[in-house]
Amino acid sequence: MALGYKHWEKLEKNAGLLAVLIAVMVSFGGLAEILPLFNDAQTVKPAPGVKPYSALRLAGRDVYVREGCYQCHSQMIRTLRFETQRYGEFSTAGEFVYDRPFQWGSKRTGPDLARVGGKYSDAWQRAHLLAPRDLVPESNMPGYPWLAKAAIDGNDLRERMRTLRTLGDPYSEEELAGAPDAVKGKTELDALIAYLQGLGVNVAPPAQPGAGAP
Amino acid sequence: MPYNNETYDDRVIRMFLMAAAIWGVVGMAIGVLAAAQLAWPALNFDTSWLTFSRIRTNHTFGVIFAFGGSALMGTCYYIVQRTGHVRLALGKLAMFTFWGWQAACFLAMATIPFGITQSKEYAEPEWFIDILIAAVWVSFAVVFFTTLTRRRIKHIYVANWYYGALIIAVALLHIVNNLALPVSLTKSYPIYSGAVDAMVQWWYGHNAVAFFLTAGFLGMMYYFVPRQAQQPLWSYRFSIVNFWALISIYMWAGSHHLLYTALPDWVQSVGMVFSVVLLMPSMGSAANGLMTFNGSWGKLRTDPAAKFMVMALVFYAVSTFEGSMMAIRSVNSLTHYTDWTIAHVHGGAIGWVAMITIGSLYAMAPRALDQPAMHSQRAMNVHFWLHTSGLLMYVIAMWAAGVTEGLMWRATNADGSLTHDFLSSLIAIHPFYIARFIGGLLVLSGMVVMAWNLWYTAEDARLGHIKPILVPPPEHIPEPIPDQNPDPTLVRT
Repeated sequence: MALGYKHWEKLEKNAGLLAVLIAVMVSFGGLAEILPLFNDAQTVKPAPGVKPYSALRLAGRDVYVREGCYQCHSQMIRTLRFETQRYGEFSTAGEFVYDRPFQWGSKRTGPDLARVGGKYSDAWQRAHLLAPRDLVPESNMPGYPWLAKAAIDGNDLRERMRTLRTLGDPYSEEELAGAPDAVKGKTELDALIAYLQGLGVNVAPPAQPGAGAP
Repeated sequence: MPYNNETYDDRVIRMFLMAAAIWGVVGMAIGVLAAAQLAWPALNFDTSWLTFSRIRTNHTFGVIFAFGGSALMGTCYYIVQRTGHVRLALGKLAMFTFWGWQAACFLAMATIPFGITQSKEYAEPEWFIDILIAAVWVSFAVVFFTTLTRRRIKHIYVANWYYGALIIAVALLHIVNNLALPVSLTKSYPIYSGAVDAMVQWWYGHNAVAFFLTAGFLGMMYYFVPRQAQQPLWSYRFSIVNFWALISIYMWAGSHHLLYTALPDWVQSVGMVFSVVLLMPSMGSAANGLMTFNGSWGKLRTDPAAKFMVMALVFYAVSTFEGSMMAIRSVNSLTHYTDWTIAHVHGGAIGWVAMITIGSLYAMAPRALDQPAMHSQRAMNVHFWLHTSGLLMYVIAMWAAGVTEGLMWRATNADGSLTHDFLSSLIAIHPFYIARFIGGLLVLSGMVVMAWNLWYTAEDARLGHIKPILVPPPEHIPEPIPDQNPDPTLVRT
């Protein structure tokens, strides 16, 4: 003990040594848990059927991100029976490889949306996003009426897709060039609905018996 | 004359103190509005920049980074001078850290309601604000470590260790998590995607809690608790052991935010195990603080600042125990996604972080403002009871709401079908949302009382009637007694 204290004492009197040792000690956890994920096929390889977001759906996703929907809606069906029964097949890492940022969420004031695509009609989604309590009187979701009036800037969207391609998303030159036309005349509300209606539909394996209860 | 009349640099500290009081009121007021919107959604007013999903971020950012950050930097500058018997180094750079931090907070609070956000929890500001934050933070590091190297007391007091860890770890977390490629001034995409982004984000998110909301405030605790108890720390050695355990273990625990998700299973398990191990340094730190009051518990009758500190330590123990339990898979399956998480966070934030801050501000403000005491002792007591009753109301309401949601979501009928649809759970917790709003309102009104009290305590300072405090003259500091454990005369009973 007496010998051990001497070493501690050196540390207690040397700011530089202290700082270096702190930096070392706080680095292990992140290195051990994050770096392996980059090599883990399960987390970085798209699941069958998962493609980069189309121009319109990407615009919709960016609206979803901007409005902060993740603060009340998760997009992550956990591997628990009562979750798969309510929301559909559990989520897998391969479904999210084009999600920047991820939107798994941490709180459900509203239901999970990972497989909401196709559960409701476009018209329902439109009316619900504009004025949720017209359809669900007890809901506490805010309305988003301004989305119906906001047009999408096609050129900005093309730049967004170009940035995503730089980051590694496999967009073709045609997809980039066609982006402004693909969203011509569309509002942010149209885009958001297109995004929601595509959530989980391409990759969902056959639902379990009893899945999709409201 | 000691050290050529060298004085402590308390001006920047007074500014941080006032900024913390103002941001505290602003951040918590937005929180009360957000709570009201969840109970009465008409309060969103169909207005984009007033909508819950946008302003909730302003509440979290305002309270954590603007209020908490200002309090941390102010107390850090206070403590590093007093424990080193030296004037703060690089006064102009220190002043830059004040204005830079306020600018970053203001910019973040002004852009987020207009949809300029990365939507990564607790790291929402866009890339140009992130760069400003990084610049301020590095300057903060330079000021702190330069002051530390100039200190006249050889031994670095433990509070500084925690502030040092706060500075180093938050720099690392902030930079790694915010790596992004800008499209334009107002939009960027993170370089990580999907499950990797999730892991990086919760490594950041959890350790923002660990280093910003825990290590930094433990530094505050380790200086102001012995000061207010007027007794030495219960065990100095224990504080060092807890320090190394805390900073190294916390960094592994982030993945417990992603249990049962698509994150690879092994990472989830590692996060869960380390979260349970974290119980030891957490309980150790809380115990060390509380035991320091042994022999001076009478202060609780007379000193409101001590009351805040003791309650803070109790809630630190409660919240960290709760957190470790919630990180266990089977418990997490019930609590995750529910308002229990909100209860846990606010037990930590209103209970631990806010109360240790308020206690420390009440201890520090009269000294930094050259007054014998706070303007009104009575107002401090009013604040204590407003805060404590609001805290309990808030946390109990959210615990009840969380358990209700968790149980309703998993309830299954005899034939295997689900008992409740989602909406029933929202209807069931509505009364708790109202109770939570009232709890929040009580806490906010306490903060207003504190701001009022500080304003009047600062009257002389505002009028320029106060004199800077001299760095005390050197005194003989006895050499530490070589360790000869167990020396019965040193063992406390």
